[in-house]
Amino acid sequence: MKLTLKIWRQKNASSKGQMVEYPLNGIEEDMSFLEMLDVLNEELNNKGEEPIEFDHDCREGICGACSLMINGRAHGPGSRITACQLHMRSFNDGDSITIEPWRAKAFPVIKDLIVDRSAFDRIQQAGGYISVNTSGNPVDANAIPIEKENADMAFNAATCIGCGACVAACKNASAMLFTSAKISQFALLPQGQVEANERVQNMVRQMDLEGFGNCTNTGACEVECPKGISLENIARMNREYYSASVKG
Amino acid sequence: MGILDSKVPTGPLADKWTNHKNHIDLVNPANKRNIDIIVVGTGLAGGSAAATLAELGYNVKTFCYQDSPRRAHSIAAQGGVNAAKNYQGDGDSVYRLFYDTVKGGDYRSREANVYRLAQVSTNIIDQCVAQGVPFAREYGGLLDNRSFGGVLVSRTFYAKGQTGQQLLLGAYAAMNRQIQRGKIKSHTRHEMLDLVLVDGKARGIIARDLVTGEIERHSAHAVVLATGGYGNLFFLSTYCMGANVMAAWRAHRRGAFMANPCFTQIHPTCIPVSGDHQSKLTLMSESLRNDGRIWVPKRLEDAQAIREGKLKPTQLGEGERDYYLERRYPAFGNLVPRDVASRAAKERCDAGFGVNKTGEAVYLDFDAAIMRYGREKALTSGMKDADDTTVRQLGEEVVEAKYGNLFDMYEKIVDQNPYKTPMMIYPAVHYTMGGLWVDYNLQTTIPGCYAAGEANFSDHGANRLGASALMQGLADGYFVLPYTIGDYLSDDIRTGAIPTDSPEFDAAEADTRSRLEKLMSGKGTHSVDYYHKKLGKIMWNKCGMSRNAKELQEAIDEIAELRADFWENVRVPGTADTKNQELEKAGRVADFLELGELFAKDALTRNESCGGHFREEYQTPEGEALRDDENFKFVSAWEYKGAPKDAVLHKEQLVYENIELKTRSYK
Ligand SMILES: Cc1cc2nc3c(=O)[nH]c(=O)nc-3n(C[C@H](O)[C@H](O)[C@H](O)COP(=O)(O)OP(=O)(O)OC[C@H]3O[C@@H](n4cnc5c(N)ncnc54)[C@H](O)[C@@H]3O)c2cc1C
Ligand code: SF4
Ligand code: FES
Repeated sequence: MKLTLKIWRQKNASSKGQMVEYPLNGIEEDMSFLEMLDVLNEELNNKGEEPIEFDHDCREGICGACSLMINGRAHGPGSRITACQLHMRSFNDGDSITIEPWRAKAFPVIKDLIVDRSAFDRIQQAGGYISVNTSGNPVDANAIPIEKENADMAFNAATCIGCGACVAACKNASAMLFTSAKISQFALLPQGQVEANERVQNMVRQMDLEGFGNCTNTGACEVECPKGISLENIARMNREYYSASVKG
Repeated sequence: MGILDSKVPTGPLADKWTNHKNHIDLVNPANKRNIDIIVVGTGLAGGSAAATLAELGYNVKTFCYQDSPRRAHSIAAQGGVNAAKNYQGDGDSVYRLFYDTVKGGDYRSREANVYRLAQVSTNIIDQCVAQGVPFAREYGGLLDNRSFGGVLVSRTFYAKGQTGQQLLLGAYAAMNRQIQRGKIKSHTRHEMLDLVLVDGKARGIIARDLVTGEIERHSAHAVVLATGGYGNLFFLSTYCMGANVMAAWRAHRRGAFMANPCFTQIHPTCIPVSGDHQSKLTLMSESLRNDGRIWVPKRLEDAQAIREGKLKPTQLGEGERDYYLERRYPAFGNLVPRDVASRAAKERCDAGFGVNKTGEAVYLDFDAAIMRYGREKALTSGMKDADDTTVRQLGEEVVEAKYGNLFDMYEKIVDQNPYKTPMMIYPAVHYTMGGLWVDYNLQTTIPGCYAAGEANFSDHGANRLGASALMQGLADGYFVLPYTIGDYLSDDIRTGAIPTDSPEFDAAEADTRSRLEKLMSGKGTHSVDYYHKKLGKIMWNKCGMSRNAKELQEAIDEIAELRADFWENVRVPGTADTKNQELEKAGRVADFLELGELFAKDALTRNESCGGHFREEYQTPEGEALRDDENFKFVSAWEYKGAPKDAVLHKEQLVYENIELKTRSYK
């Protein structure tokens, strides 16, 4: 395959970035999108130019590190997929492909295609946990039976990989899908009840402080989420938030 | 025992851990506030250790190279975590888990450590459930279990095919709580480049901020390395791209012994290599072997026709297939341990029966399971006369509920639907049983330097059974290290903060800087990946699934040559004062180039076959591994003396007081 890549290059957070065009040959259908970038980087390297920096680690769709905006879509074409799982068979010979970083005020660019997503960590630190002592727990695990349906729903919410595609896909750069997935997981489990009120209030407050936008129910987040996190979680978060506010 | 003191407590096996805990020194809670601990690595081992140490009151600083602790490679573990809960009432017990683990490791692990692991395994599940980890459940609301390779009981707890993710998120949440309380200071996008010793004790690290390139000094009273495994040495593996040996190797260079470096697990169920540009291999969880049947064609002509695309696997009838695991190992069948399953696949492919283009793949077939589950489902839903199409559909639904995400992952990569045509699998490098030598307290041979999780060598012997790495990481982090480290730290309550302006820190920083400069100054012609791939080829071909003396010697020489070439000719573009992924890779590959040679040397000295280490010279007439307990019932622990060729071997003799050493048989 022969491709033309248009890639965002930016030296660091404070410098101005620009799109740069790179022609690329000899790409095979079986390569993943990131392996295609490896090939380009090897070429750049051989020419003595600086390779393109992008975040990635597991390359199997689970760590949530990869974060490419490909032809205007978070993680590229296809649904329920991360950029590392995207394969070149999804493209055609002669295609021109634009590759950009996530763009959101709360995710500043670090270099080229890498952004800073530590805002997500801070939202979690604001209450995304159950305050149980970690140094030994005498309660037998089966002493807390959980209805299978709830356990499955909690699991589904917990599958969020923290990639930030929901934010990148949203015209308001809202982090509601991510935050609500975390809140849902604990809201659905008996262990999470005790701190439920504080949790939702603190996490929502932190989310706002980080500068994420508001949710206007567009639903682009759900469409682009690689793990299929559902909008129901946002509804659940809103209910939790409302009831917490009423209780004060 | 030479200078290796395992510190295994005396007394009966079942009481060792309790007795030990009762007698080790404790640090008064008020004094813990004056003690700092560095934890490098935030995977299951590091994350759980950091959270627990902070909970106990110590001041903890964590480091990871990813942008968030939650992305450590533990996230990728699919299958499950073991615990001797006996919830299924199928006869499981602490002893049985202990026994299976020691036997599965081919009697090359330390008895007392493994027993402790089995003992604390039950606490892990209690702990994680309390933290809100959403394990799979049955309709009655109780926890569900499944079984894994090498064992005959259902003791594996799981969260679909994402157990590692859910457990790591649990540990990460526990960390977050301590970060919020100010007890953990988390340093992300930071890489440890060296260990600093003061008066022979580990007192800090040199780290590089991977965004600004700044070199930083961090001090502490003790340093915990929980930096994962080094399988990326092989270039192609199931590890994440950043997995490395750097922290462990730096500690090795400072005096920590490296144990059993050649014990590497090759996992039998990975997606086969597709082409030259491949950057990594993807695992298909071993839990699939509970339901999938492994086979290759019986006739060479059929295998060839399949490779040429003239025949489809579904066209071969039951009688034309060779279910070689069921044939060779009737008792365990498709559930034999990983080393046995991997070697058997290689044997069939080497004999010409491989089924993909490269001839390096076997089938993992779900057809029988789909029909079996379908029939059961039809009956329980009152459809007595369901036709095959309906049965198949019902069966596919059951299989999807169990393994859906794995099947999706396979389809995305290979572009074939595994519900309709059997999966293709082949063994790949997956886990390193070797690592830093540690005593019973998880302390390395450097006082104050501890190693936990995959970074240490301790519990798995020559082969790791499925679902036991997560167990070990969490056992080390939640339940072992936080106690044992107190024994050492109790001497430090009056030490006060460790200054970072000492000559030792100056020297370590200077070393680090000159190393980085050396890497950056190469006017070379080759990229880092060029060297990494070359190293990987040598490792896979000569130190891979089977080894012999001649090739190991060749590997030693070739790696030494490659290393010399690397330092002459590597090219690292850009600068060191900014994010520079090529520089990060260069540092890691430089260490792999040393470790690789030690690895081959270790394999060469071990004149026996055990677990993941298969020496062609030592096998039974049936091609099974031939152990030599007389001469090799030891842990090899290597002391650094400059170049890997000068490394000195120390032996920790393994003592089995409670288990009789038997030939492993899964027939
Ligand atoms: C695909 C896959 C599936 C698996 N499935 C299972 C399973 O089902 N059951 C099971 O029991 N086991 C499984 N395993 C094995 C298991 O996941 C690992 O052995 C285990 O998670 C390792 O945990 P760890 O905490 O020791 O290291 P890791 O989780 O690898 O963490 C390493 C940490 O060290 C940090 N680090 C490394 N080097 C440096 C440095 N120089 N400076 C700073 N930080 C550094 C990293 O950032 C990271 O935080 C699987 C492994 C893989 C690859
Ligand atoms: S909700 Fe989906 S898109 Fe958003 S961070 Fe989680 S996995 Fe990524
Ligand atoms: S690299 Fe881990 S999800 Fe893409």
